[in-house]
Amino acid sequence: MSAKLARRDHRAAWLFLIPVTAVILLVAVWPLSRTFFFSFTDAYLDDPSVYSMVGLDNFMEVINDHSWWVAVKNTLVFTVISVAIETVLGLAIALLLNEVIPGRGLARAAILVPWAIPVVVATKIWEWMLNDQFGVINKILSGLGLVDHGIAWTASSSLIMGVVIFIDVWMTTPFMVLLILAGLQLISPEIFEAAEVDGIPAWKRFWSITLPMLRPAIGVAVLFRVLDALRMFDLAYVLAASNENVMTVSIYARDRLISFQELGVGSAASTWVFLLVALVAIIIIGALRLDRAAGT
Amino acid sequence: MANAIAQRSLRKPASYYRMRRRVVRGLQIFALLLVLIYTLFPYYWAFVSSTKQGAALYRSALLPALDFTYYRQLIDNPVFMSSLVNSAYVAVSTTLLSLIIGLSAAYALGRIEFPQRRAVLMIILMISIFPQVVVLSGMFELINWLGLFNRPSALILTYLLSTVPFTTWILTTFIREFPRELEEAAIIDGCSHFRILMKILLPLMGPSLASTGILAFILAWNEFLFALTFTLTDENRTVPVAIGLIAGTSRYEYPFGQIMAASVTVTLPLIAVVLFFQRRIVAGLTAGAVKG
Repeated sequence: MSAKLARRDHRAAWLFLIPVTAVILLVAVWPLSRTFFFSFTDAYLDDPSVYSMVGLDNFMEVINDHSWWVAVKNTLVFTVISVAIETVLGLAIALLLNEVIPGRGLARAAILVPWAIPVVVATKIWEWMLNDQFGVINKILSGLGLVDHGIAWTASSSLIMGVVIFIDVWMTTPFMVLLILAGLQLISPEIFEAAEVDGIPAWKRFWSITLPMLRPAIGVAVLFRVLDALRMFDLAYVLAASNENVMTVSIYARDRLISFQELGVGSAASTWVFLLVALVAIIIIGALRLDRAAGT
Repeated sequence: MANAIAQRSLRKPASYYRMRRRVVRGLQIFALLLVLIYTLFPYYWAFVSSTKQGAALYRSALLPALDFTYYRQLIDNPVFMSSLVNSAYVAVSTTLLSLIIGLSAAYALGRIEFPQRRAVLMIILMISIFPQVVVLSGMFELINWLGLFNRPSALILTYLLSTVPFTTWILTTFIREFPRELEEAAIIDGCSHFRILMKILLPLMGPSLASTGILAFILAWNEFLFALTFTLTDENRTVPVAIGLIAGTSRYEYPFGQIMAASVTVTLPLIAVVLFFQRRIVAGLTAGAVKG
């Protein structure tokens, strides 16, 4: 009887999963397998039906391309630096907002504003604020006497990566703050009270209690942010189109695929991106042992 | 006893602690002000710039000039208005579809025991971390095949790639939080799963659906890569692409006043919704992540 009930339950479960399965097959599994398939062909986008198999040629073409390695370097530099800054800044702001001070409710709401703004819009706003002649940032800097003429933030090849990181930090620190704040609120205040009564100094309370207990929350937030940063496209594309100084792997792959119409080589580049992201995901999940925390 | 007295004499006077508390409080409020300026000033500056005309735009007066010419130009601009309509149509449809599909899946994953449950959850989580560019070639073919190229409807289909795994994951977390006792009587009475979902859980899920829906809406409203790739003509663009592709008469002369007006216009509704539902959004953002 109960085996029969269990069988009925399994059937019901799969009935409820039909829509999600259909969607995943249609927009994830099928396109992904086509991308893998095309990466072994010499097809062009204008007529994908004409092709011949070329083995691993496309993969070799991508890794022999100097621009590809520039894009890989840019992507990794962007990811490591921006996520590091976001984590530290996010932790600091979360600790501040966790204190009982007037105005923290307002701040908690205000911090959602940069997060809700489309990347394109945030990029345009900062591009305007960083304008070399009329930008408010240069006006403030020269008003303070720090520079004598405006800095061309987005035109300089050495500064533009800094600008991209800066804009990303502005947009996504709120996400870090919210996740870390949620982690902070799961820690019961009694632990801190006990430690305070025992006369343990504040920095030690932070280092030995707060930080270890926040590890899962910070870990999940870092994982999300790293995977998001690795696929970054819109920010660098809107700010600098295909400028090599900030070209990411996603921009490289899309350029080959859409702008140059090289369906085969573009698909191979996309496959490299997929492998890069998968590798980083495995490393982080392994390092943080998130598989146990996230599963259930 | 003597020991206690000796210890007390080591303590500093109460006024010292009061003073110290005041300094710390002052520093905290100062830091909070810095955070507020850092997060809000850029958006405020976009608004200020959007209401200045001509040369005033290039002077850095901190107060808005409240000249709404650029906004009137936007309303009169049929291309911008149609991109606004496209964005609304795409984001609303994506949200509704994702909620229906996600709710159905979340009920199975959160309430029914079946052997492959864990595996299905892991697959869904893995899909949500896909880089979009990886499916671009296959998606291009799919859209051509369905005859949807350069139609806003194509975007609804492609956006399901990121919104469906996301809504499924968050709604599963929410459904698990409801006590099972709610449905026990119904299960004993032999009520079907469909009826349990529709009659018992659904009426309770309003807030969870709202928080998940807002997040999916923001995701769809802000998307850029697919929107840029799968629409070709101006009247079929969504707003982020329309703004991203605005260019001045020459490479060095950007119409920043207009761009800022457009930026404020597309984000103002979003920010109003976010501020109004902030508690729900935070609940949704943290549901999937921290509670696991």
